[in-house]
Amino acid sequence: MTEVTEKLIPKDFVTDQEVRWCPGCGDYSILKQVQTILPDLGRPREQFVFVSGIGCSSRFPYYMETFGMHSIHGRATAVATGLKSTRPDLSVWIVTGDGDSLSIGGNHFIHLLRRNPDVNILLFNNQIYGLTKGQYSPTSEQGKVTKSTPHGSIDYPFNPIALSLGADATFVARTMDRDPKHQQYVIKRGYEHKGTSMIEIYQNCNVFNDGAFETFTEKSSKKNETLMMEHGKPLVFGDTSNKGIKLDGFKPVVVDLNDTSVNDLWIHDETDLLKATILGRFYDDPAKENHFPRPFGVFFINSDKTPFEVLMSEQSEAAKEKGLGDLNKLIAGRETWVVN
Amino acid sequence: MTTAIDKDLESVVIRFAGDSGDGMQLTGTQFTNATALFGNDLATFPDFPAEIRAPQGTLAGVSGFQIHFGSTRIHTPGDMCDVLVVMNVAALKANIKWLRKGGVIIANSDGFDAKNLRLANVPEAENPLNNDSLSGYDLKTIDVTKITRLALTDSGLGVKEIDRCKNMFVLGLVYWMYHRTLDSSIDFLKSKFQKNESVMNANLKVLQAGWSFGETTEMFANRYKIAPAKMEAGLYRSIMGNQAAAMGFVAASVKSGLPLFYGTYPITPASDILHDLSKYKNFNVKTFQAEDEIAGICASIGAAFGGSLALTGSSGPGIALKGEAIGLATMLELPLVIINIQRAGPSTGMPTKTEQADLLQAMYGRNGECPVVVVAAQSPADCFNMAFESCRIALQHMIPVFFLSDGYIANGSEPWKFPQTDDLPEIKVQFAKERKADDPKFMPYERDEKLARPWAIPGTKGLEHRIGGIEKQNITGNISYDAQNHEEMTKLRQDKVDLIANYIPDLKIDSGEETGDLLILGWGGTYGALKTSTQQLIEQGYKVSHAHLQYLNPFPKNLGTILKNFKAVVVPELNNGQLVKIIRDKYFIDAYAYNKIQGLPFMSSEVVAKMKELLNA
Ligand code: SF4
Repeated sequence: MTEVTEKLIPKDFVTDQEVRWCPGCGDYSILKQVQTILPDLGRPREQFVFVSGIGCSSRFPYYMETFGMHSIHGRATAVATGLKSTRPDLSVWIVTGDGDSLSIGGNHFIHLLRRNPDVNILLFNNQIYGLTKGQYSPTSEQGKVTKSTPHGSIDYPFNPIALSLGADATFVARTMDRDPKHQQYVIKRGYEHKGTSMIEIYQNCNVFNDGAFETFTEKSSKKNETLMMEHGKPLVFGDTSNKGIKLDGFKPVVVDLNDTSVNDLWIHDETDLLKATILGRFYDDPAKENHFPRPFGVFFINSDKTPFEVLMSEQSEAAKEKGLGDLNKLIAGRETWVVN
Repeated sequence: MTTAIDKDLESVVIRFAGDSGDGMQLTGTQFTNATALFGNDLATFPDFPAEIRAPQGTLAGVSGFQIHFGSTRIHTPGDMCDVLVVMNVAALKANIKWLRKGGVIIANSDGFDAKNLRLANVPEAENPLNNDSLSGYDLKTIDVTKITRLALTDSGLGVKEIDRCKNMFVLGLVYWMYHRTLDSSIDFLKSKFQKNESVMNANLKVLQAGWSFGETTEMFANRYKIAPAKMEAGLYRSIMGNQAAAMGFVAASVKSGLPLFYGTYPITPASDILHDLSKYKNFNVKTFQAEDEIAGICASIGAAFGGSLALTGSSGPGIALKGEAIGLATMLELPLVIINIQRAGPSTGMPTKTEQADLLQAMYGRNGECPVVVVAAQSPADCFNMAFESCRIALQHMIPVFFLSDGYIANGSEPWKFPQTDDLPEIKVQFAKERKADDPKFMPYERDEKLARPWAIPGTKGLEHRIGGIEKQNITGNISYDAQNHEEMTKLRQDKVDLIANYIPDLKIDSGEETGDLLILGWGGTYGALKTSTQQLIEQGYKVSHAHLQYLNPFPKNLGTILKNFKAVVVPELNNGQLVKIIRDKYFIDAYAYNKIQGLPFMSSEVVAKMKELLNA
């Protein structure tokens, strides 16, 4: 990594292109938070690359004064894999949506996670297809009425957190457009992780799916409906921090802190896959009675899995231990003969 | 001791055929190596079964390997064979049609027992070894299995392992028949089985037993001598097409000073390029076996963006999947080589059989106006040249290039007077240079005289820019939906391809005069057959010439002139007429289409017959 000589500021990451998202779209906040934190990461601007697929979110690279590629639908993950494999020196970011990464790009998404190159995924989840004007997406709730599902969608939705954990992702987190501080914190944590960071961001599409995450983002309900996870801290939530999660064997239960001590609560451990898996399944419809709150923050980190590009480079270096290959020898092969 | 009398021959065609578990491919390649080392010119044709594990003994499981070698120049693996080696009845049934009348059959009698007859659907009463159905041939029946087992009674190996040595008996015998030494195969077996001495010794023993059988039996009236061929002086090796392609790509990486990245997904018959490149990591080569074809090419696009010499490879079905990404690379204007080792299609088609039916796919198979450069190799050794060329064009013109080969030349082999590194041209590549804050703003789509844009790789200060699949303004690269701009950009991308005609060699007449009655215009792997046919026709007094296109988009600048110099033009292809369509379209000539779509290469005899029919019409 080259030394950063002059201190960058967020404005240095703003391009001269007019931002074309709908007014009020959650994408604006994400763009702002990313532009806010990049100067603090200690890297010169030219080392950042943003790769995107297709969709509203995928316009993102055009607005970032860094290197960028707006690729094709679902394939940003694959493009980023090739780039990072050959250029481990770069900081590579994937900007994608729920349709881009979980529908058309689902295959590449899970394979990226299992290979674990050191890249960051910002998955803008708005539970709808915005760019194509409002069809249901693979994260839309069942029964959703959209242009393509006038009688309600019959598809069961994907749970991106559970899917990522199942694909052996090494960093899995969730945040939301409406909480800038939390977003900045989670994205920075993702950047710091050596391996693929999967960051799901609840993003409001105010045109085609307005209020999809209202329960989690509105002040009136947020505290009761969200569970802000912090490593080493008990899982507490509720209007007056009056509720908590306790583990009864493998079974999570919501308890009232008026009759249960904080000391008996489940202490969040980001390195525990089993517990992360349980938390990842807190995916209830908030309208359901006795539902669990929706967790936000870092579910899981595994720092032991060597990133893909490191393994690839190690193999390359090992092969070159006895020096670079000799092209003349390669071409001649083992057996030659002379014709006079 | 043998009473066989030596006979001199100019050339011979041998076909080894057996069950896919019988090791016929290995036998064929071993014989090929020894023959190449001896100094004969040669061409080979492996004929694989479609299924790797087809039921043993059945027709579907028959694997063949044909070699044509001689003291003269050899350009094809031969139409009909002179000697047919068959390990079982299925192999005989599947291959007898390729044996010339009066040819020699060497049959392993054990492979004609009741079980094998049943598996090959031959009634026991009609065992071809026992009736006179083979009376038109010179049949030599040998119980290879029995002799092999006898030779290895004390080897300590199990019957299964012993039986796996049968092919070495055949190899030893054929070596004897053609006065080849066992040396190269002895070396090969010693190195292949160095970790398993008993298997090594068993194979060596059986190889020797095959040779000795020839010496002692009185079954053979003749042994044959084929003198070394008069070839251009120099240092040679034997090479297969896919091997040559992989080396050509590595050579381009060395000569451009760029690391090579190969993003791909396994597919027949392209996988050997992945296998080879993955062994060459000591040449700054990185290979990536992706989750699918799309990821393979997209990863390569990422690597190209980062400054690698990036390749992706597949066969027709995989290329279909890569189509959208090829369009992206065209819009991004990044260097990328797309390898297509063609096979018979459509869909899964016949994976192990050859065809040239993806030319139009390479030319036009994408959405929108999406021209890319297309080159094609014409022989196994030529895969090296055209692989190198495809990289040169991609890198110097910042453009995707199709490298076309086919199953026939990919797996076929020939002697190759290989180049030395110093003989190969440098491929000059210059990345865009770093900029200071007060330098004018970097323009990612500014162009040079070749219309190529700068290659501005991430990590270079001051070159931050965005590229994408959306239509863009020239020079700035900014998104543009402007009507005029789109038309201009479309024309510009076409011009960029067309301009490459200034940077490729002219087309040469390969055989024959510059003018005449008929021009045989070919492309790709049919080169050898068309050359041989043309030479035969010329010898017979016909005014025929042959030219072979290695550059298909753009065409060499002089193609139009060459076409005008002949009274008629015929375009023989292993497809339903593809190059011929483009020729008619571009040059408005009434080119004649001659097509074969059987998953098999042209035989020179059929080409000659067809050409005579045209000439005499
Ligand atoms: S359609 Fe929805 S997601 Fe897309 S820009 Fe508009 S508000 Fe944002």
